Parts: sequence; structure tokens; C-alpha cells
Amino acid sequence: MPPAPTTTAESSRAGDFARVLSRRIHEVGPLIGLVLLGIAGTYLNPDFATVDNILNVLTRTAFIGIIAIGMTFVIISGGIDLSVGSMAALIAGSMILLMNAIAESIASPVLVVVIGIVFALVLGALFGLAHGLLITKGRIEPFIVTLGTLGIFRAYLTYFANGGAITLDNEVSDVYSPVYYSSLLGVPIPIWVFLVTALVGGLVLNRTKYGRYVQAIGSNEQVARYAAVEVDRIKIATYVILGICVGVATVLYVPRLGSASPTTGLLWELEAIASVIVGGTALKGGEGRIAGTVIGAILLSVISNILNLTSIISVYLNAAVQGVVIIIVAFMQRSRR
Amino acid sequence: MKSIVRKLLVSGALVASSVAFAQADKVVMGVSIPAATHGWAGGVVYWANRTKGELEKQYPGIKVVVKTAGSAAEQANQIQDLQTVNKINTLVILPFESAPLTQPVAQIKSKGVFVTVVDRGLTDAAAQDAYVAGDNPGFGKVAAEFMAKELGGKGDIVILRGIPTVIDNQRVDAFNEVIKSHPGMKVLDAKHGNWNRDDAFKVMQDYLTRFKKIDAVWASDDDMAVGVQKAIEQAKRTDIKLVIGGAGAKGYVKKVMDGDPIVKANVTYSPSMIADAMKLTAEARVKGTSMPATTIIPSILITKENAAKYYFPDSPF
Repeated sequence: MPPAPTTTAESSRAGDFARVLSRRIHEVGPLIGLVLLGIAGTYLNPDFATVDNILNVLTRTAFIGIIAIGMTFVIISGGIDLSVGSMAALIAGSMILLMNAIAESIASPVLVVVIGIVFALVLGALFGLAHGLLITKGRIEPFIVTLGTLGIFRAYLTYFANGGAITLDNEVSDVYSPVYYSSLLGVPIPIWVFLVTALVGGLVLNRTKYGRYVQAIGSNEQVARYAAVEVDRIKIATYVILGICVGVATVLYVPRLGSASPTTGLLWELEAIASVIVGGTALKGGEGRIAGTVIGAILLSVISNILNLTSIISVYLNAAVQGVVIIIVAFMQRSRR
Repeated sequence: MKSIVRKLLVSGALVASSVAFAQADKVVMGVSIPAATHGWAGGVVYWANRTKGELEKQYPGIKVVVKTAGSAAEQANQIQDLQTVNKINTLVILPFESAPLTQPVAQIKSKGVFVTVVDRGLTDAAAQDAYVAGDNPGFGKVAAEFMAKELGGKGDIVILRGIPTVIDNQRVDAFNEVIKSHPGMKVLDAKHGNWNRDDAFKVMQDYLTRFKKIDAVWASDDDMAVGVQKAIEQAKRTDIKLVIGGAGAKGYVKKVMDGDPIVKANVTYSPSMIADAMKLTAEARVKGTSMPATTIIPSILITKENAAKYYFPDSPF
């Protein structure tokens, strides 16, 4: 840059400041949206701001939130995964079947639950690996691969459940249910897991070589390849990370109802993708933020919580309200072009 | 083009005449039902397959083909295939949705196939020979009457509704009608839980946050009742004296049978109505008798006394 006269430098500094400010506003857009919703919610029903209600909302956000954190990696790298809801349902069903089967031969229910949890995480990782391999080595579009597995996973769950529900045996269920229902320092376990997943996710994305590679691939895959980045391995890893996240979410989900049915995890993929995008990650990949995803996920469940706590509009219009809020928030954080 | 049309017409006429011929000696029954995507539909599939075996044993000449469909469009194609490939002369159909299937079913009927429609009536009644259905207004009425009796005519109620459909409206309207006649009873709110455990859990959590005193919950479905009870359990609320689901899922009938303190009753809306429809249709077709235009299978109150009669441990539902 050529040395510029003082006056221009000052004005350009002011320009920088304005640009930084506008960027900041874009980044905090979802947060502003969430705060406004919170104020509206409290105004409409004072019970909204109670600790119990906030903990309820955060706990139920945990499933989608954890999946959305994994999804952030996949989307930043330029991919997509439509199968997460079906995958969660199949993992839930399979782990319940496994736990019921081994409960007879293993005396300690705690061990049964531990085996079930490990199985769920491994299964999630394997499903993710399969996606990654089909997408990179098989060179099939991620949209198609995961649209295919979306159907496959749910069909197998329905088949295993015989169209009904797969239910966890009572004895195991009693041991397992604290994983969802109990609290640590007054905060329910799922919220802790959500928080830890978000922190680890943020750390990996922003502070490791791997995280930078993910962003580089999403922003320009060819250039990343020329820069000797092992594109395929990095991409496969994003799907494995997402698979493990789905496994974690399922591990928290199963103790809630102790059952899996063909309606389990229905449309979770859309909620997870919406959380990521509302949170400021570009659907075309290249850049994104874990914190934004977390706020996006909370925002989505706050909307339906507020609608449940009030009856000012017809229940038939719930989905419309959600749609309007999503579009407004996305507008607030729209990408700089 | 014209010749193709003519050929199609001729072959259509041939098919129609061969169907008419087949009808004289053998009944081929097609059964078209929605795929087992939720508990109740799973029950329908179970009962359809079970009844197929029973009918084929009872009437040696009969052939029953059971097909499931994942959407209204798939079902429309499927009944066409049943007619052209399987050469059915009798169709028992539980339509995915009423409106989109009315025309396809009318087409099949115009080719001489006897049509029995189950649960969801077609928009044009002329497209069906017989109609067998559950009693949706009765489903709401029976639940409300039991609730009023149990609560002594006063109390605060919350409702969980299903997926917005005609069925759901009929049930909820009939429920509200009964509650209105008891000035001491009040419906606090009615929100959609979509016949889904997870959605019902969330809606119930929010009801519990919002209303400090709830006397009874009409979950209007056994799957939703599962979510409702988990939410109550988590909130450790003891003010709720009564949770009523519906449709007679085996787990909930068992609770009633075992004298559960909160789940004191259930209301039938059994997926076995497909079995009733198949049996009635088969009998009419084999014996050549006529079948009543409309058969309503009443919604019955299940209490501890009669629960054993409605408990089917083998059914997935």
C-alpha cells in the first residue's frame, strides 16, 4: 500500500471502524434476535424468564444443538448431511435393542448402559465414516448420499420396531434416566454436554490446524488441494465428527422417553441446518462460527417455547411465526457481499 | 396416438371383462394401507397381515394381497398396479388422505372392483361401495364424559391435539362440547403435539410452566400420553389426577388393567378396524350378500373392568 496523506488515513480509519462495526452487527445479529425474543417472551408471559423454563428450553435444545455443532463443520467444509434425524432414530433404536439383549446376561445395569453409550458413539462414527467415504472416494454429491441414507436409516428403524416403538427395559431405564433428568450444580446434564461439545467444537474449529483446513476447503477446495491439504481425509473427518455428535445427542435422547419410534428425530436435519445457517455460517461453506450455531439452535426452540406459553395466535399459525422469525434473523446477519 | 388410445380402451375393456369373469369363481382382495410410520399405522399393518392369514384359511378360494404405501401419490399408483397386475376384484383401502385418493379409487371402482373404504371417507361417497370407520366424535365424547365423572364435574384441563386434520377436529370438538355442559370444568388450552411423543413432551413441559394447577390432561393419543407423563414426572407435579390417552395401545391398556393411579381409562380407536373391514367385505363377497353402506365401529371406554378384552400383547401397537 502506498503511503497516504494523513487526512486520507484518518478517513480510511473511520471507514475501517464502520466496516468493523457493521461486521460486528452481522456477527451479533442472532444474539440480538435472541435477546429481543427473550424480552418479547417475558412480556407475553412472565413465566418465560423463570429459571425452570430457561433450563427446560436449554435442555431440549441440547439434542439439536449438539448435532448442529457437528453440522457446522460439515457445512463449513462445503458439505451437507440430510440424514442426521434418521441416523439419530436408528442409533437410538439399535442401542435400545442392544441394551435389552445384553441386560439378560450382564448383571450390572450400569455396565449395560455404558456398553450402550459406547455402541451409540461408535455407530455414529461408522455412519459418518460411510458418508465421508461415499462422498470423497465414491465422488457422489453429499446431498444425494445423505438423502439416500435418510431413507435407509429410518426404514431400518421402522423395520426393527415393526412399525411400533422400541422400548427400553424398565430396570435399565431406571439406571439410565438420570443421564437426561438429573442435574450437576443445578444445571441438567444435557446442558453441560451441550456446553462442553460447543467449547470443544469452537476450539477445534478456530484454534487447530484441522479447523483451518476445514475452512480452507470450504472456501476453495482446489486451492486447498494445491496447498497440499489432504482434502479427502479432512472431509471424511467432518462427517465422522458429525456422526459422533449425532451419537452424543442420541445418548442424551434415549433416557428421556426410554423409547425410539418411527417419529423419533423427524425433521431434526432441517432444524440442525437452520440453526447453523441462522447462526451465521454460510451454506456455501468457507466460514462459520460455533457460537452462532449455539445461539441459532437456542433461538429456534425459544420460538416454539414462547408459542406454547401463550395463546395469542391460532395454533395453526405456529409454523408461520417460526418462519418469519428465522427469515428476520437471517436478514440481520446476512453475509457481506 | 388415436390407435394407442383405442388399444388402451380395448385392453381396459378386456381387463374389465376378465375381472367380471374372475369374480364369479374367485375373490381376489387387494388391501392398500399406509406404511407403518407411526404406532397406530404399525398396528394397521399388523392387523391387515394377521387377518389375511385368517381369511385365507376360512375361505379357501380367496386370495388377499396386502400393500403398504408411504404417501398418497404412491398409494394411488399402487391401487392401479393392484388392479392391472394382481387382477383384484375387491379393494379394501385405508386412504392416506381423502381428497387426493378419491379420483384414483373412483377409477378402480368404474372397472368393476368392489371398494370398501376404511377410516378416512373419500370426498365423493359415490367412489366407494362400503365405508367402515372408527367413531371420531365418540372418541372425544367418551373421554370427556369419563373425565367429567372422575373429576366430579369440576376442574382445569389441558388438551394435546394431533396433527391438524378432520379427524383431530372432530375429536376435539366433541370433547369440548361435553366439557361445555359442565360449568365447573375449563379447558385451559389445546395445542398440537402431532401424535408424537417428543412434541407432546415439549408441549406438556410448557403447559406445566404456564399453569400452576392442572387437574387432568387429555393427551388424546397413547403415544402423546407417554411424553405427557414423562414431563409431569420430571416436574414432580402432583396436582394432575388424570391422564387420558386414546386408541388402545397395548402399553396403556396394560396400565389401565393394572390399576394405574393416573391412567384410569382409555378409549378405543383400534387399528383392528382394518380387520373388521376385511372380514365384513370378504363375507359379503364370498356369499354374494350385500354389505351395509356405512359401518361405524364405536369408540368404547376401557376401564380396569374390561381392559383384558382389549389387550393384544402380540401387536406392535
